[in-house]
Amino acid sequence: MRPYLTTLTAILAREALRFIHQRERFIAALVRPLVWLLVFAAGFRAALGLSITPPYQTYIEYETYIIPGLCGMILLFNGMQSSLSLVYDREMGSMRLLLTAPLPRWWLLFSKLLASTAISILQVYTFLAIAALYGIWIPATGYITVLPALIVAGLMLGALGLALSSFIKQLENFAGVMNFVIFPMFFLSSALYPLWKMAESSETLHMICALNPFTHAVELIRFSLYLQWNGAALLWTLLATALFTAAALWGYDPSRGLIRRKA
Amino acid sequence: MTSPGLNVSHLDYAYGAKQVLQDVTFRIKQGQFCALLGPNGAGKSTLFALLTRLFTTPAGAIEIAGKNLATRPRQALAAMGVVFQQPTLDLDLTIRQNLRYFAALHGLAGKTAAIQIDAALDRLDIRDRQNERARTLNGGHRRRTEIARALVHNPLILLLDEPTVGLDAAARNAITTHVHDLTATGLTVLWATHLTDEVRHNDHLLILHQGHLLANDTAQAITQNQPLSKTFLDMTQTPILIGENTPGGSGGWPPGSAI
Repeated sequence: MRPYLTTLTAILAREALRFIHQRERFIAALVRPLVWLLVFAAGFRAALGLSITPPYQTYIEYETYIIPGLCGMILLFNGMQSSLSLVYDREMGSMRLLLTAPLPRWWLLFSKLLASTAISILQVYTFLAIAALYGIWIPATGYITVLPALIVAGLMLGALGLALSSFIKQLENFAGVMNFVIFPMFFLSSALYPLWKMAESSETLHMICALNPFTHAVELIRFSLYLQWNGAALLWTLLATALFTAAALWGYDPSRGLIRRKA
Repeated sequence: MTSPGLNVSHLDYAYGAKQVLQDVTFRIKQGQFCALLGPNGAGKSTLFALLTRLFTTPAGAIEIAGKNLATRPRQALAAMGVVFQQPTLDLDLTIRQNLRYFAALHGLAGKTAAIQIDAALDRLDIRDRQNERARTLNGGHRRRTEIARALVHNPLILLLDEPTVGLDAAARNAITTHVHDLTATGLTVLWATHLTDEVRHNDHLLILHQGHLLANDTAQAITQNQPLSKTFLDMTQTPILIGENTPGGSGGWPPGSAI
């Protein structure tokens, strides 16, 4: 077991060092949700009236509503960012180094996934701290109960990024994939508006949103922040995590040849 | 039959319909320096990908230090150090941090890792630069760092895929000499190259061309005292480079050592 933990620690430390060296990445990851919170939310507040929706027990401001969605946004963008760095690592060769380590490949990939999730969660907490300073109220224990939800959601989105990275042939192709994954996933979810609002305009869109795993990740975060249990969201998120992880393991299977296209 | 060296038997590999390796079979004894010579596109990198289990194939078998790569991949990979053709250093980390990261990937930590890192740095003569960031190193020192890193876990076999690409003649000479010297400690070396001046008379030589292994013997026996580039041309009707940055010459080798 010790070599497994040694490897996990090393990969975590490397990601942390990388993160420290790339401060602009940290700032960029925070600017995006803050713009939504401070600018867009102010405009949307007037346009979007929200009724009392679980887990909220009273009327809430739009800024409060979108906080879990913006936490999800950080996890989503980081998942994709880490996928981008995997494609870069593969092109630069350092992925080969990782994959030739004498440990099961699933463990190496899981360590990488866990490391990127840890970095994402750190950014979410920084964002929540800024939101609290801005006046968004969240129960104090919510900051603790949300942690498991952030881990599950982070692993799901990280696994999606990992799976995508195994299928992307070149770094240049990545921007297209980002547009086809991030934006649909984010906008077709409950991150910015509750699903019943979506149902009012289009039943088809509502159905797509309800099937989107990101919706369930956001709802899992939302309910956990307000100390409530949402078993269905947890189940959906776990299922999606398992599915994306399986796809990533398949993508990185040596019999398929991860770097085959590059060799 | 098992041996502490490297055994490859009847290896085939194809990218879709394109066959890139056909029935490749060879054996490198422990402590031997084996040069794998072939022009670009000969199949060297594919062979390396198979030897390092980046790819797998059901056709053929690979045994590393007596461990079958297909059935005991972890033990086989633990016995092997690899220097890839592409640079794989983390440029933001120092030399020592790069080695420490790699040691951890091989399950080494703490004092054991520190001792082995020191030994590897000493072997490649870069200990005095251990705290410099990889980004600040020149090409030759980056390659030395990669070789030191590949030796951190005391492998029995060292694989190097065109490790001198892009280096000047002096750096190529230094690295090639250094790796030749390492075989004196019992290390088995497989050195892929497309440059004939990196091969010495007494090296084991494999000539790979269009996925076929055309020669498998000592360099001297294969060349019969002809220049290797001529032997290669006779065998394949394809010219091969003598050396990079060393037009037509042996790039500063000790007289008579390179062919």
